[in-house]
Amino acid sequence: MSAAPIHLGGERLMLDPAGVLHWPARRTLVVADLHLEKGSAFAAAGRFLPPYDTRETLSRLALLLRRWKPARIIALGDSFHDRHGASRLPPPELEALHRMLAGLEMLWVLGNHDPEPPEGLPGQAADEVRDGPLVFRHQARPPASRFSAVAGGEVSGHFHPKATMPTRAGGITRPCFVADGRRLVLPAFGAYTGGLDARDPAIAGLFPRGARLFLLGRERLFSMTASPAPQPALTGTGPG
Amino acid sequence: MGTLPEPFAAWFARRGWTPRPHQLALLRAAEAGRSALLVAPTGGGKTLAGFLPSLVDLARSPRPGLHTLYVSPLKALAVDIARNLTAPVEDMDLPIRIETRTGDTPQNRRARQRADPPNLLLTTPESLALLLSQAEAGEFFAGLGAVIVDEIHALAGTKRGDQLALGLARLGRLAPGARRVGLSATVAWPEPLQAFLSPTGESGGVRLVQVRGGAAPDLAISLPEGRLPWGGHMGLASMPEVYRRIQAARVTIVFVNTRAQAELCFQALWRLNEDSLSIALHHGSLTVEQRRKVEAAMAAGKLRAVVATASLDLGIDWGDVDQVIQVGAPKGVARLLQRVGRANHRMDEPSRAILVPANRFEVIECTAALEAVRHEELDGDPPRPGGLDVLAQHILAMACHAPFHPDALYEEVRCAAPYAGLSRRDFDDVLGFVENGGYALRVYDRFRKLFRDAEGMVHVRDQHVARQLRMNLGTIVETPLLKVRLRGGPVLGEVEEWFISTLVAGDCFIFAGQTLRFEALDGVSAVVSRGGEGEPRVPAYAGSRMPLTTWLAARVREILHDPRKWRLLPAPVQDWLRLQRRQSMLPPKDGLLIETFPRGGRWFLVAYCFEGRLAHQTLGMLVTKRMERAGFGPLGYLATDYVLAAWSAFEPTGVEHLFEEDILGEELEEWMAESSMLRRTFRNIATIAGLLEKNHPGQEKRPRQMTMNADLIYDVLRKHEPDHILLRATRQEAAGGLTDVARIGLLLARARGRIIHKQLKRVSPLAVPALIEEGREWVAGGAEDALLAEAESLVEEVTDGAELFSGLLADVTEGVAIRPRDVDKPRHRERPRHNRFIRNAPKSLGRA
Repeated sequence: MSAAPIHLGGERLMLDPAGVLHWPARRTLVVADLHLEKGSAFAAAGRFLPPYDTRETLSRLALLLRRWKPARIIALGDSFHDRHGASRLPPPELEALHRMLAGLEMLWVLGNHDPEPPEGLPGQAADEVRDGPLVFRHQARPPASRFSAVAGGEVSGHFHPKATMPTRAGGITRPCFVADGRRLVLPAFGAYTGGLDARDPAIAGLFPRGARLFLLGRERLFSMTASPAPQPALTGTGPG
Repeated sequence: MGTLPEPFAAWFARRGWTPRPHQLALLRAAEAGRSALLVAPTGGGKTLAGFLPSLVDLARSPRPGLHTLYVSPLKALAVDIARNLTAPVEDMDLPIRIETRTGDTPQNRRARQRADPPNLLLTTPESLALLLSQAEAGEFFAGLGAVIVDEIHALAGTKRGDQLALGLARLGRLAPGARRVGLSATVAWPEPLQAFLSPTGESGGVRLVQVRGGAAPDLAISLPEGRLPWGGHMGLASMPEVYRRIQAARVTIVFVNTRAQAELCFQALWRLNEDSLSIALHHGSLTVEQRRKVEAAMAAGKLRAVVATASLDLGIDWGDVDQVIQVGAPKGVARLLQRVGRANHRMDEPSRAILVPANRFEVIECTAALEAVRHEELDGDPPRPGGLDVLAQHILAMACHAPFHPDALYEEVRCAAPYAGLSRRDFDDVLGFVENGGYALRVYDRFRKLFRDAEGMVHVRDQHVARQLRMNLGTIVETPLLKVRLRGGPVLGEVEEWFISTLVAGDCFIFAGQTLRFEALDGVSAVVSRGGEGEPRVPAYAGSRMPLTTWLAARVREILHDPRKWRLLPAPVQDWLRLQRRQSMLPPKDGLLIETFPRGGRWFLVAYCFEGRLAHQTLGMLVTKRMERAGFGPLGYLATDYVLAAWSAFEPTGVEHLFEEDILGEELEEWMAESSMLRRTFRNIATIAGLLEKNHPGQEKRPRQMTMNADLIYDVLRKHEPDHILLRATRQEAAGGLTDVARIGLLLARARGRIIHKQLKRVSPLAVPALIEEGREWVAGGAEDALLAEAESLVEEVTDGAELFSGLLADVTEGVAIRPRDVDKPRHRERPRHNRFIRNAPKSLGRA
């Protein structure tokens, strides 16, 4: 496994091919869109998805905790698929989560799926977290104007970016990081989280000067560039 | 010969018609209360034969209420038939009400139909399933006298057919007295269709009425002027000839095999169309309105020709079509005959059709098909067991209709032929899945959709569940599609999402008969503008090409093997075969010829299997795996309908071992579980079974990022509960539907001890078409990741390292000047292409 370094707001960050971010200077692991208990949320709505998603997501996260040994975790929101998700955690998963978080500082950034702090779990909840030059929030703030200077850097989730790289055997689609020098959008980490094409105006619009995409691979990341977003006049009908 | 009762006899006489024997036979069967299957070529007055007994009965004893239910695979066909029936009913002033009920029927008319059903109701399998899920289905169907299933050959053996068979089994309970009539085009084996129709699932009780002959079709092969192409499947070299034939006929249908081919042929014809003949395009990805417009113009006699795919295979009577041209090999005899039958919808006149092979192998295949037609031999697939996903949907629908006892429903379901062999374990597991997901980890009990009462009867939880089911009924699962919309203009149709995902702004592609320039994604559609520069691509659709039938393959092998039959072939093809005999040998009838030769610094292995492209694709995967283990360093392979070609870094020796039967063991299992085919199967099954939803009550449009990714569910389920019923259903369908694995097994068994290895110095004549074929598969050690790495390094290469991705990444991302077009010009664009992109097709024809 080789993580890739990236500079954001002057800070050196590591992009892990598993789809998480490590900030060595602060011993912080950042993970976006866990969507825990998405399976049971669907089951409640009449779609019996296999009830193993939380187990799967947590076991992947546990692996990364062993890899990076962070002192702090920032979950960038939508950590649970809905506001009652935490209360539906099956006892073994609840126990596993407590075990994993023991001795760690846990920061739950609130997202649109989980606007309230998860009940009965350790950690602090906040709408956004500021640390040094970086701000961590669920959904990126659109640029105020094309030329407005942004100090520092922003790290966010929400959009579940994915991208397709053309290869000689056709396009291969993977979840991806999207970044320019001041903004970084993380891919979704949850086992059942699909993706939104990074060319979609909702994502591309955040990067008016284009962006670099880092597609997740088994052992490493694969990089490609993304075109600058089209002129606003062309994209009147993007999703809200 | 029997006679028709009045007023029918007089009505026939007035029009100068004599009742046909099969029409009378169906009448007699009906009077005896017997079910019957009518097998007749197109133009035999089949539909009237099917309805005649019901009309006679209703004329004799008029009564209100539903008398006859007619089910057709096409909405348009139901509407068309309703119109055709209304004429005689009005002429004879019969007290009969005829109505259709399809997805297009407005809500108020449906409600009225439920309260006051017409005498004849014309519908589709999906609308029937909906009707049967209603609480009042019992009263609605109680008086039913007959069920007519049209185009039954096109339904049996498909998931829509499974759904219909289950619906028929339920009708057998609600209206045990109703006789059944099946209408089928000519098929090789009518018995499975009789079983499909039968109320018991056995063929015995259904009388078979077969209409032979009619005039034999008048078929000919047309070759392009000039050189006969070695490869390619589009047939564009023959378009001048096709155009001349369109000019010479009144109305022509030009049938092609794929939508991509339809687009290309359509463009080629219009480039030649100096007389501005009205030539239209018809395929399944165009919008419904557009297709209806073409159909209407066709019916009104306003068109000279239509280029069409299988979307025009069924049904509607165009009347005046006097010529059918099949471009590309027909791939199956029954399919060819059905297409040919679209010309001259009158039985006593011969249908005229021209076969236009696209390359040399296709010439042989067309010749084989012609021979088969001459000998009146047909091919067809054996019946396969019904899908468990369809059963899941049906079980929930039945619970919505009324509480049931599992024992009774199990017995009822097994009366449907596709489910005659259903095990109780599978039934119970499917029921368990519908109830609460059926997972070993029983965490969803509080969400259960079905519950059982003290007597063991199964009830549906509430109306919400019923509504959810009705919104998602049906077994047609589309691959994810994106609308193609002209900027500031209308939607032109739909293209598979993955195709759009390979485009960058500025790329052009051919769709709906025009060249379009891709501009942007707007979330729900791909925005395009007209025109554009550069070589356009053609969207192709996964799985749209039919593989060669086993049966036709055998005939091709026979022609190759027997030089006496070569006189049927045009001279260039004969020369080609002679050359092959001299330089290598002809593929034997039973053994397996394998050639190896060096070329361009690599070693090629070509196996003449003749088992169809799908089988060869699977075989290629297995053989190259074994080549890898043997240390030959396989680099890639390619599957055509006729051969498998693989290339490697080192000379393959002992090739017999590569084709041993045990490659179907572990390697196959391993490959299957990971294969995209299995994933695709799972997605369809999960959707039909109700795990993924097409529609959700109260949520008409979901945000795009909400769409659930079936692959992720597949991975999680496979890891945590590999024996779950949905995975069992997936494997069953893949193995059963995957007749190509069976075909590989038979091939390897047949070839055992009879493998002939020819070591050649250079490429053999028969191998040439394969080597210039498109659609190569690459063998990469780490598969996808290796491809990604390669694509990335290609970008580095062409941009002289400006796009370098390495440890210096951080510097690159910090204030990098991004030149997007750099990424769009990597060399892979110029390389041989992935099979689903058909670029440069016209060029490849001349590349011999």
